[in-house]
Formats: sequence, structure tokens, C-alpha cells
Amino acid sequence: MIHSLPGNFPFVAAVVLLGIGLYILIFRRNLIKIVMGIAILGSSINLFLITLGYRIDGDAPIYTEVPSELMVLPVVQALTLTNIVIGVATSALILSLVIRIYRHTGTLDSVKSRRMKG
Amino acid sequence: MSTLIAHSSILIIAVTLATAFLTPLVGIASKRARNTLIVLALAFVAFLVVALARDVMLNQIHVYTLGAAAPDLTIPGGAIVPVRIILEVDGLSAFMGIVIAIVSLVAVIYSMSALKTETGQNGFYTLLLLMAAGMFGMVFTGDLFNLFVFLEITSISGAALIAFRTKFADSQEGGFKYIVVSAVASLMILFAIGLLYSQYNLLNIGALAATMEYTMLDRIALVILMSAFVMKLGGVPLHMWLSDTYSVAPASIPALLIVASQASLYALLRTSFTLYGVTLDQSVAGWIIIIVGLLSMFVGVTMAILQTDITRLIAYNCVCESGFMLVGLGVGLAVLADPGALDAFGTMAMNGAVFHMINHALFEGLLFLVAGAIFYRIGTRDLNQMCGLGHTMKLTSVLFLLGALASAGIPPFNGFASKILIYESVYQFNPILTMIGILVSILTLAVFMKVFFSAFTGASLPRYRDVREVPRPMVAAMIVLAAGIIFFGLFPGLVLDWIVQPATDALVNQGAYIDAIMGAVP
Repeated sequence: MIHSLPGNFPFVAAVVLLGIGLYILIFRRNLIKIVMGIAILGSSINLFLITLGYRIDGDAPIYTEVPSELMVLPVVQALTLTNIVIGVATSALILSLVIRIYRHTGTLDSVKSRRMKG
Repeated sequence: MSTLIAHSSILIIAVTLATAFLTPLVGIASKRARNTLIVLALAFVAFLVVALARDVMLNQIHVYTLGAAAPDLTIPGGAIVPVRIILEVDGLSAFMGIVIAIVSLVAVIYSMSALKTETGQNGFYTLLLLMAAGMFGMVFTGDLFNLFVFLEITSISGAALIAFRTKFADSQEGGFKYIVVSAVASLMILFAIGLLYSQYNLLNIGALAATMEYTMLDRIALVILMSAFVMKLGGVPLHMWLSDTYSVAPASIPALLIVASQASLYALLRTSFTLYGVTLDQSVAGWIIIIVGLLSMFVGVTMAILQTDITRLIAYNCVCESGFMLVGLGVGLAVLADPGALDAFGTMAMNGAVFHMINHALFEGLLFLVAGAIFYRIGTRDLNQMCGLGHTMKLTSVLFLLGALASAGIPPFNGFASKILIYESVYQFNPILTMIGILVSILTLAVFMKVFFSAFTGASLPRYRDVREVPRPMVAAMIVLAAGIIFFGLFPGLVLDWIVQPATDALVNQGAYIDAIMGAVP
């Protein structure tokens, strides 16, 4: 399967996800959808980082005695793992703020719930 | 003592983090013990920062390799590039460290009485210390990915602090805006880090700078990094979130948020001067920063005139003041490749801008603390509701006037000392920039005179007859900042020689930063 796709296909997927995330952030008014937009943006960056380090037929970099020449880059995987953890913390905080905003204003529409202007 | 200094950069971050997590535990037992612990820990951290800064300025760039046999063993035997996380403290990092240490200590002392009646104080101090640790990490780290992680720590704890008073709807909205902006900015930063890593397989700033080739991908990464950091510091096309978040945070937090913005400014400087440095097309990048700065100055001050909410007005003034720093640094960047112009006015412009960073933290912090003191006593931020507060809050009104005059650049306060450096040097680069700067300063004075006359002068209203001066810890915190304003205004030469000049030298001298990591041998 992976051999039949062009080599830079995952990068295209990452950029498409990035575009979807930015579109949601700019054009959607629902606060929950904004949280989803940030999550999609985070996933696209994660996909991008993992793809950077991936080598077709590469081994996982977990050996002390290396069995083959080709290995997957471990550093980007560590970066991705960190970003996933940070993403969970960010989503949890934003969702709790959304709950608070809903309790105060009774709406999730960012135009109606807005208290500050100018 | 020398061992302590050798390990001080990691100790500063570690002590702050450890205290953050000890705070709720100690807080269960006793409030007094918790407050003592926090103040002692931050005072110890401030001592370490000053000792480290002195060492950096007298000797050389300080490096600390985490997990290595010796702190200065940046490249392990057998490797050709650094593989561990390295903390690297040069003049600019040490300068930022001093700013962070002063402001976080003041913010804690102020909060001790400003938040006395609030619930959830254990959580508040934990978040405050986490934010301080994040900022220290941002300015001390020599590793791009580590910078991203510390930026996220700062943003997440900052957003939680803004939304700390859950009873107000607007503070929840402010916290939401802050975290959305920060999350997007830091994800874009990670994207740019990925672009750089894909070409060079490096994350260390010094090592990246040494191998930088300035390809097309590097330019894209530069644009993404610069716009993300400008977004985090609130430069003008991307400033909309700033007034909404600063104005609703608990009184002492805007002072910290200013420093967090400046840590982003530091990251912007690190990127443009150290990471790209000589490979960069300096005059284009410099002019972009200058234009962002001019827009910030102009939009910030005009929006400030319109505001009737006191903290919101000061927040717009922050946008305006960061414009001055951006203009000074942009001029420095634009002439970086031209040694003649750099000696004639470039260094002076950067000196002015770096000096303005610490001045900005002091007077803008003071103004926010004064606004917080007014809110603490009368429970409103609306200028139309205030009148004659100067009759009963004498000290507060004097302190406000001090901060306002410093911000407008009136001698003998510190704002004048840094603004005159920027005016003089920028005039030699392009006279129009100086004219706009002076005009903006005059408008700033007008803005603050409006606040002073509507809030502090006038007849004393019956409903504010019982308003008293704020409690002593709050006054003490404000006086510390006010003393800094006067001291820096009266002895600018001392400050310039000791902390500002080394910071500017560190910015210009990209080679020294690289050599500290890679060793002098190429």
C-alpha cells in the first residue's frame, strides 16, 4: 500500500489538515468547533513531524545491536509525543473555559457570548 | 560559590518549578508557611539570577548541558553536533532573567494581599510560579524545541491565570482568547521547527546558526517564526487579543503577561539575530520589524485615547510601547551588516530598545498594579464611575502619575532615558521615524492626563468617602517598581553599562553564541 503512493503524499495530507484547521479557526463561530480546529491543527503538525522521520522499510530505533542499516528517526517521534501531551493539556483547559463561558452567557456562539469590544 | 554559579541556570528553573508543586502541599497545612516559602524561593531565584548575570557579564557565555558529565561538555565524545538539551545564557538572556525575577517577585508580594479574599489561592500561586519557570526556561534555553515547550508552559499557565476569577464572564472570555492565540502561535512555531529539523537534523540554536544555508524552506520557516512571535508579543496586525486579555486578568497578572510578551520578543530577537543573523536579508527583515513597530505605536496610542476602561487603556498603551522597542531593534537589524552605520547609530538604537524593555516592564507593571489597587477599593474599572479618588488614595495617585510620566517619556523618569536613545539614533537612520515617535509620546501623555484627571482629581464623591489606601504589601510592591523607575531614570549610565550594553553586544555577536556551543574550532 505505502509503496504505491507518491513519496510526498503524507506531506500533502498534513498541509490539507493544516488548511482545514486554519479555516475552522477563522470562519467558524461555535466555540467547540474552534477547539476542534486547534486539535486538527495539532494533528496536522504531528503528522508532518512523524512523516519527516519516516523511512520506508525502516526499523524502529529501539535496538542496541542494530539489525539493519535503515532506521526511523527517533527525535521527531519524541517531539510528536511531547506535542500530543501538550495538546491534551491545551484542549482540557480550553474546554473548561468553554464550559465556563457557556454557564455565564448561555450560548456557544462567539458573536453572542462576546462581552468585550473595541 | 563557583559550583552554584556553574549550575545556576538549571537551578533557577528547577527551584521555581519545585516550589510551584510544593505550594499546594504546604498551602494545605498553613497559609503563612506557603507565602513565606514562595517569597523565599523567589528571592533565592532572584539572587541566583543576579549572580549568574554578573558572571556572564564579567566572564563569558554560560552553557549548561543537561545530563552530561560536565556542564560545559556540549558535544559528547564521538559526536560532531550537540545531542543533549543545552541551556545557554548570554548577555541578553541574563538581562531578560533579571526582568522576570524582579517582576515575578513584585507580583507575588502584591497578590498576597490583593487576593486575600479569593478562594483557590494555592492554585493561583502554583500557576504563577509555573509561569515564571516557563519564562525563565524560554530565555535561558539554547534549544529550539525546548523553547517551544517552555512557551507552552507559559501560555497555558498564563491563560489559566487570566481566567482565575471564574465569577466574571469577561475574564473567561479573555482566558479563552489568550489560549487560542497562544496555541495557534506555538503550533506554527513547531511547524517551523519541523521545517528546520528536516534540513539540518539539528534543534540547537547555535548549531543551526552555524550550518544555516538560507534556502527557500529556511525563509518560509523564518516568516512563520517571526509572525508567530509577533502574534505572541502583540504587534499590531495581530494585537486584538492583547487588550481583551490584559484588562480582565487579576491585578498582578498583567505585569507578568507583559514580561511573557517580552520573552516572545526575546525569542523573535534570538531568531532574527542569532539563528539567522548574517545569512538574513537584514534590511528587508529590519524594515518589516520597523513597520510593525510603527503601526503598533500609532494604533496602540489612538486606541488608548478612546478607552473608558482603565486597564484596557493601559493595555493599548502596552501595544504602543512595544512599538518603540520594535522600531529600535528593527533599525539595529537593518544596519547589522554595515559596521560603520552600526557604530554610528545601530548599537545605540538597540541599546535604547533593550533598555526600554526593562523600563516598559517597570512602568507598565506599576500602572497595572495601580489600576488593580483602584479596582480593589472601588470594584470598577470604568473611568466614568471614578472621581476624586486622589483625596483618599494619595499615595496611589502619586504612583500613577509617576508611571504615566515615565511612560510618556518625561524626564527624569526611566522612560525618557530609553526613549531619548531611540529618538537620537533612529533620527540618523530616518528622521520621519523619530517624528512619529515624539508625536506618539505626546499623545501618550494626553491619554494619561485624561485618566489622571477623571480618576484622581475632582470633587470627592459621597460613595467613595470611605475609600482608604490599599494594604501595605500592595503599596510595598508598587513602591519597589516606582523606586526602579526613579533609579533607572536618574542613573541610566549605570544600567546601560552593566546590563544593557552586554545584552546588545550579545545580540550583535552571533559568532560568540555559536562558539560557546560548537567550540572555537570549526
